[in-house]
Amino acid sequence: MTALRTPLKTALALGSAKHGVHHFLVQRITAVALLLLGLWFVWLVLRLPGLDYAGAHALLAEPCNALLMALFVIAVFWHAQLGLQVVIEDYVHSHGWQLVLQVAIRLLCILGAAAGVLAVLRIALGR
Amino acid sequence: MSANARPLSPHIQIYRWQVQMVTSILHRATGIALAAGTLLLLAMLLALAAGPEAWSGLAAFARSWIGLLLLVGWSWALSYHLLNGVRHLLQDVGWGFAIAQFVRNGFLVSIGSVVLTALLWLCAWLKWGGA
Repeated sequence: MTALRTPLKTALALGSAKHGVHHFLVQRITAVALLLLGLWFVWLVLRLPGLDYAGAHALLAEPCNALLMALFVIAVFWHAQLGLQVVIEDYVHSHGWQLVLQVAIRLLCILGAAAGVLAVLRIALGR
Repeated sequence: MSANARPLSPHIQIYRWQVQMVTSILHRATGIALAAGTLLLLAMLLALAAGPEAWSGLAAFARSWIGLLLLVGWSWALSYHLLNGVRHLLQDVGWGFAIAQFVRNGFLVSIGSVVLTALLWLCAWLKWGGA
């Protein structure tokens, strides 16, 4: 069969969306990160009921926990944005709503990640 | 994008329910629920950063029946999305695609998510006694 595509197109491997497999890869990389961070997060949350405010604050202020929590927040909102993007692409068929929701989801996820990281910084760097 | 009346392929209501489609739908549903559940994560971090009053308010909410209901739902959604996510990652590297395996690990993940949730709450209950 004769190939109708130019060799350049194959070399770039970007497909019709021009993004290649970037979305697919980042969704999986954040998934692997969340698998590891999620197990740590569950361990952390299970310790919280036995602690008062000072204890919980001190637990999260530990450098290792603060670092992992900041990474967890970033990975959560990144992964959520990628997942919600696909859900909206699949089920929202109006061009206008598609644009509004995709932009809104991105901005909300950036807002959430920034708020979470700022809170972790305040906890970790003391008051 | 023309909206003329072309024949469409049969949609979801025509098919018999089976574990393959249920696990797929639940993965999306729990993903959306967990995205909404990030509000709980943010509430926790912001309350901890804000001070003791905000923290005790959040702790009281977490111990109320609606708070516990949200936490149980959230922990199950997390358990399910985590286990089925691992299943998806294994499928991405080409494992578990034969129909028998696919059905079996679908049931494994579904039952496993309930077991994992129960284990988490058993841990919490054994450690802290009635939350």
